[in-house]
Amino acid sequence: MAQLTCDKVTLGYDGKVVRENVSFSVKSGDYLCIIGENGSGKSTLMKTILGLKAPMSGKISYGDGLKEKEIGYLPQQTDIQKDFPASVYEIVLSGCLSKLGAKPFYTKKQKDMANYQIHRLGLDNLKKRCYRELSGGQQQRVLLARALCATKKMILLDEPVSGLDPKVTADMYELIDALNKKDGITVIMISHDIKSTLTYATHILHVGKDIFFGTKQEYLKSDFAKVFANKGGEE
Amino acid sequence: MATIFETLKLYFTYPFVRYALIVGVLIALCSSLLGVTLVLKRFSFIGDGLSHVAFGGMAIASVLKFTNDMPLTLTVTVISAILLLMSSKNAKIKGDAAIAMVSVGSLAIGYLLLNIFSPSGNLSGDVCSTLFGSTSILTLTKTEVYLCAVLSVIVVAVFVLLYNRIFAVTFDEDFSNATGINANLYNFAIAIIIAVIIVLAMNLVGSLLISALVIFPSLSAMRLFKSFKSVTVCSAVLSVLCSLLGILISIVFGTPVGSTIVAADIIAFLVCYIIGLLVGGKKI
Ligand SMILES: Nc1ncnc2c1ncn2[C@@H]1O[C@H](COP(=O)(O)OP(=O)(O)OP(=O)(O)O)[C@@H](O)[C@H]1O
Ligand SMILES: [Mg+2]
Repeated sequence: MAQLTCDKVTLGYDGKVVRENVSFSVKSGDYLCIIGENGSGKSTLMKTILGLKAPMSGKISYGDGLKEKEIGYLPQQTDIQKDFPASVYEIVLSGCLSKLGAKPFYTKKQKDMANYQIHRLGLDNLKKRCYRELSGGQQQRVLLARALCATKKMILLDEPVSGLDPKVTADMYELIDALNKKDGITVIMISHDIKSTLTYATHILHVGKDIFFGTKQEYLKSDFAKVFANKGGEE
Repeated sequence: MATIFETLKLYFTYPFVRYALIVGVLIALCSSLLGVTLVLKRFSFIGDGLSHVAFGGMAIASVLKFTNDMPLTLTVTVISAILLLMSSKNAKIKGDAAIAMVSVGSLAIGYLLLNIFSPSGNLSGDVCSTLFGSTSILTLTKTEVYLCAVLSVIVVAVFVLLYNRIFAVTFDEDFSNATGINANLYNFAIAIIIAVIIVLAMNLVGSLLISALVIFPSLSAMRLFKSFKSVTVCSAVLSVLCSLLGILISIVFGTPVGSTIVAADIIAFLVCYIIGLLVGGKKI
């Protein structure tokens, strides 16, 4: 059974359609990459999956034990406050928010979880540092740790490597791959980096005038990949 | 020096001075709690606007010759807080413009009402004290002290209970929504708490100086500390200390309470700013 199914979903804002007829499904352990040109509606799709906005039509369903509120999310651009005084630990811990239920405070277990994610992403020495004083790559890691606190099953990443240097980018990809392969977390990632996409992904969703969804192998054989190859890069 | 203590000792035999101190400390504590959230969420505009609304509410209450104007002022301010927040969401009238309209409007109407129906002969004195809180803190009745105390305790309790959620909603609204927190609900909760704080703080510093009471301690604390928790604790401590100091000074030297407290807050800010520069320069 699929963890996440989008059935003929129409995406849009305030009655304006951005993209129609988006259908795909994701099974547990898949690594889906969403590609497409700027403004094609990739981020909008993610927000719709997360329930941050309603689809204009069509249906999104969750299955295989996945609940809508148990998806980890790494936003493309956050409205995160520039001057916000918050330590790395506080931010990562806030990923446990959905587990709080009606309780006012975090439990020992949730704090351990935050510490574990901080350790796993190699943030131990930054734990007490102020978020706004970190570099872009470090900030991305912190937000990834927060997202991992929120989920055991599925993580949505919106351009997680934009603005990172090649070394840190490679590390980030390795990390995400490990989450997928070792921890069995389903990954849905938006990326403009076709090369790495084709290295790691199991499935591809191409959002554009024409929509493609299938496995990586199917994608490589399709016209979409040919267009991409001819142009020698991002369309 | 000895005479100052003598004076203070003499004053403390008066109940109204003790009331003033208790209420002052409680209000200072409450008002500092949401400072960070207010500053960062750009709610400080709402805060400012609401303080003017509170002035309007107070004017109506005094025209109607209510003996205790707090319940009416509180109701009016809370309702306005909710309306302002809703209007800034639905974007027909831009949030900022709506706030400006409401705040200037209630200031004007409030003054007009007071002017036409003024219950006392000393109109400009009355208006001045509502705006700057010159004497009101020392003329509090027992009922008002109790009301202030109860409201302050409620505000602190609600803040502590919602602390983790307020943190998440202030830091990243989208993420909070995605994890199932209804950020809008908490925005409303924050707005209502602000409204209550403003009505409380009006007793202490008057409606024009409320923003200072709310924002200065947090800005000072943000110079020194880097985590949300330490900033919140530090601003609460600073705010309480400055208010105590301000009230004591104003009693001894006969200066206006509100402005003295705000002056103390400003000095604390400058001190924190300098310390922040010195310490921050080393760390990097
Ligand atoms: N909040 C919004 N309100 C109205 N329209 C929006 C909003 N956000 C995005 N749009 C529009 O929706 C379309 C799709 O935007 P979206 O952010 O989903 O693109 P994207 O595929 O993520 O692009 P990019 O690769 O640049 O991140 C764009 O035309 C954009 O102008
Ligand atoms: Mg995008």
